Amino acid sequence: MRLGAVADAGTAVGTGRPGRRPITERARAERRLAWLLCAPAVAVMALVAIYPIVYAIYLSFQRYDLRFPDSKSWIGVDNYTTILSSTDLWWQAFGVTVLITVVSVAIELVLGMAVAIVMHRAIFGRGIIRTAVLVPYGIVTVAAAFSWQYAWTPGTGYLAGLLSSTAAPLTHQWQAIAIIILAEVWKTTPFMALLLLAGLSLVPEELLRAAKVDGATAWQRFWRVMVPVMKPAILVALLFRTLDAFRIFDNIYVLTQGSQNTRSVSILDYDQLFTALNLGVGSAMSVLIFLATALIAFAYIKGFGAAAPGQELER
Amino acid sequence: MGIVLAALALAVAAGCGGGQSSSGPVTLNWYIFPEFSGAFVKSAAACSQASNGAYQIKIQTLPNAADGQRQQMVRRLAADDSSLDILGLDVTWTPEFAEAGWITPWPQDLAQKIQNGTLQTMLDTATWNGKLYSAPFNTNTQLLWYRKDLVPNPPKTWKQMISMATELSKQGKPHYIEIQGAQYEGYTVWFNTLVASAGGQIVSDDGQKVTLNQSAVQALDTIHQLANSPAVDPSIGNQMEDQTRLQFEAGRAAFELNYPYVYPSAKADVPDIFKNMAWTVYPTVKEGVPTHVTIGGIDLAVGAFSQHKQQAFDAIQCLRSPQNEIRNAVLGGLPPVLESVYSDPKFQKAYPMWQAIFTTLKQASVRPKTPAYQSVSLQISYTLSPPTSVSAKDLGTLKSRIQDAIDSKGLVP
Repeated sequence: MRLGAVADAGTAVGTGRPGRRPITERARAERRLAWLLCAPAVAVMALVAIYPIVYAIYLSFQRYDLRFPDSKSWIGVDNYTTILSSTDLWWQAFGVTVLITVVSVAIELVLGMAVAIVMHRAIFGRGIIRTAVLVPYGIVTVAAAFSWQYAWTPGTGYLAGLLSSTAAPLTHQWQAIAIIILAEVWKTTPFMALLLLAGLSLVPEELLRAAKVDGATAWQRFWRVMVPVMKPAILVALLFRTLDAFRIFDNIYVLTQGSQNTRSVSILDYDQLFTALNLGVGSAMSVLIFLATALIAFAYIKGFGAAAPGQELER
Repeated sequence: MGIVLAALALAVAAGCGGGQSSSGPVTLNWYIFPEFSGAFVKSAAACSQASNGAYQIKIQTLPNAADGQRQQMVRRLAADDSSLDILGLDVTWTPEFAEAGWITPWPQDLAQKIQNGTLQTMLDTATWNGKLYSAPFNTNTQLLWYRKDLVPNPPKTWKQMISMATELSKQGKPHYIEIQGAQYEGYTVWFNTLVASAGGQIVSDDGQKVTLNQSAVQALDTIHQLANSPAVDPSIGNQMEDQTRLQFEAGRAAFELNYPYVYPSAKADVPDIFKNMAWTVYPTVKEGVPTHVTIGGIDLAVGAFSQHKQQAFDAIQCLRSPQNEIRNAVLGGLPPVLESVYSDPKFQKAYPMWQAIFTTLKQASVRPKTPAYQSVSLQISYTLSPPTSVSAKDLGTLKSRIQDAIDSKGLVP
């Protein structure tokens, strides 16, 4: 994502647009300066992002297991075939990841919108309300996940006992997935609300008043006026959260360690890399996850017309 | 950056300084699991003292869980970290670390010293491709714990144990058989014990081929019989060592298969249960064939990138001296690897069940020896979960998954 933005910005600045008046000396100098100014950032990017990505792609075509350093060899797309033909692990984890992504982002959108409207409309204690809402987002995910884990463990927690005296929900697949989604929603709804709040402030008050005068109900004002005006903000919020949710790792790592088939693709990848020390298969899986997130971003930008970061330059 | 440069400058200066005498004792980093009784701290201090200024052992505490310990050492070694001098390896890690070139084999003469008087099964875990790569440090094994008030004569076989428990359940008495059936290493330990006790082996000696046969069918049958009898704890699929200990202490179980730490624990927690708590050797799978319980413990190895290998070899020999082994046993509850220590009255007093442990250790079994052990173990506990659905039909799947793991093919669960 970020890389794309840099590249976009680069081309927009570098090539100029056809049909404009010829480039002046001053503009050319400015363009050179622009290049110089972003050169350090590009260099850092290349070092910390592009190099690892290229190296991961290179590793993904090899049999490279740290435990068997002598049998390192070039094996083409074998690692990819192994992963894509693994229904009980890869596709299972993929399904769980998609499920968690779709359900948690949907709930977050609805809740986040409600919270955003409350924050927007609050007359008294605006500062306190906004701060209070942001608290879950401020807590370190792993720390929050541990408190959820204790809460849902019989004997140590107050929540497990609510279901039944012997319930251990984290040891059952569907209940555990529900708890993971709950932890995600609790944690990131404030983030969603914050992004939507920014969108809400774009809706002109006159527009809403005019709609009211025309006899629009509260629901119509929300659905026909506010939402269309906010659409760019909603799409950006959804894009960010979908990408984040798809890469979910820390909540699952703490809550279930991926047992009872609650693995996300990131957890499965971690197991290949750090437990099995299989760099080849692990890298191939990282590349697949990268492609999946790229696909999500592409779908949002091309399919729904979300504004890509950096696009403002071309307006 | 400045710090790095300063460190480099120091290193260069030290290098140019030459002789050991001017730079004082070398620091040996000992990466070891967290030991809370302080026994290791005492041994490290005593050995540093006894080295007459040759070395100073510095304990580097690893994470609590075995997976975390392995990951931390592996990540450092994969980056050729020279600060790892002495490594505390779980008994299943030696082949992996040796094959990857992360640990140094013991020189012939020193290896002989280590082999003298050390438990044979522990030496087996420390040896790979005919070379001794690590020195056994402490060991551990499971016993059968039972309630004297419910079970006057302890069972000799699994079959007897299950029928005794079934009988107790009919009388409405505590009857569970507590065993580790969660999807984790402890379940693999159980399966390995059953296969070995039925006369089989999971993987060939060279670590290349899966060798499960008729004995594995017997092992799977035993799991099946327990998991589908009234003797089973309904939460067997989540039970690890500590959960089984707690169920026994809660008075819900008649039998428990677990490590000796449960004995002092029951003494402290539940005196009522403790006074009826007795132990014996693990039950057999086949009548008349001795049981081969899976061995556990720690082996000490010298890192391949260490700058002080000679001192590290010396230090390890000191750390596993009889005095230190006895202290580890008495203070830390870690059974020793030196056979002579078992006849020491001090040890026998601290370990009332020493005889059962020693008998078990003398005929213990080793988990599959292959560099890919982690993957093999994950495949076993994954394929056999939950225990309630295990049957002899799983053998085919199990064999092919273990072979894939050995060949580092496919994904690990």
